[in-house]
Amino acid sequence: MSGRGVDPTHRTFVSYIDKSREYYLARGYGNPYRWAYFDEVPFASLQRPLSQSVVTLITTAHEGVDAPSFRSAYSIPSESAPVSLHTDGLFWDRLATHTEDLDSFFPVHRLEEFVRAGRIGHLARRFHGVPTEYSQRKTIERDAPEVLRRCQEDGVDAALLVPL
Amino acid sequence: MCHQTVSLVARHLEAHGIATVILGSARDIVEHCGVARFVFTDFPLGNPCGKPCDVAMQRAIVGLGLDLLESARAPRTTVQTPFVWSEEQPWRDNYMRIEPAGPSVATS
Repeated sequence: MSGRGVDPTHRTFVSYIDKSREYYLARGYGNPYRWAYFDEVPFASLQRPLSQSVVTLITTAHEGVDAPSFRSAYSIPSESAPVSLHTDGLFWDRLATHTEDLDSFFPVHRLEEFVRAGRIGHLARRFHGVPTEYSQRKTIERDAPEVLRRCQEDGVDAALLVPL
Repeated sequence: MCHQTVSLVARHLEAHGIATVILGSARDIVEHCGVARFVFTDFPLGNPCGKPCDVAMQRAIVGLGLDLLESARAPRTTVQTPFVWSEEQPWRDNYMRIEPAGPSVATS
C-alpha cells in the first residue's frame, strides 16, 4: 500500500547524499564529497535514571556569521538561554519553512518543561554550539574534544544534539 | 552538513561515556555516519524538533528523544516520529533540483 503520493519504487525519505552528489556531478564537479562513514558505532548507556540526569543541548546554530561562534565551539549559559539563534550560512530549506521559532531547532523551552515535570533531573550549566564544517578532521580533532571537555566539566550525563 | 557535524560530535561523546540522541531530518547522513540514537522526523531541513510554534509537536518529538535515551539497548537505534510535513510534498524534489537556475535551496 502507498499513500500521500509515495512512489514505492523510491525510498520515501530524501537522500541528501545522493542528491548533493548528483547535483555537483551534473555541474561538472567530478570529485564527490566523501561523507563520514564508520563500521563501528560507540554506545554509552545512561548511568542513572533520566529523572536524575544532567542533560545538555548541542546545536549547529550560532550567534551570527561574524561572531566567533560561527567558526569555533561555543557555550551559552542555560540559565539565560537566548531568545533566538542565527541559522544563516547553514543548509536548511528556505523555501519550505523558517527558523524564527527557536524551539523548532533548539528546544530549550521544551526541555525546561520536562525538567519541571520531573522527566529530566537538571539542565546542564551550559548548552553548546559547534560550527558546521566540511572538514571532518576539524570536527573530530578540534570541536568534538572541546565540547566533550566542557560537558565533562559540567557533569553531563546525556546530550540532545540538534542539527539544522 | 550540520547532520554530519553533530553525528561526529555525538560519536565522540558516546565514546567517552556520555549518552546522546540526535533529533534530525537528514536520515541518510546520520545513519551513514553511524550514531547511537537517532530520532528522525521526515521534514524539510530546518525544524527537526517540530513545526514552528507547534508546541505539542515539539514536546512529542523531544519526548521521543528522551524516551530513546532510556530505552535504546544498542547503537544505530533510529525512531521515526509520526509527523507529516504536508499532504503535498514538493519540498522533497526542490532540494538541489538539477536545473540551469541553480540550487533551489540557498546554501550560504
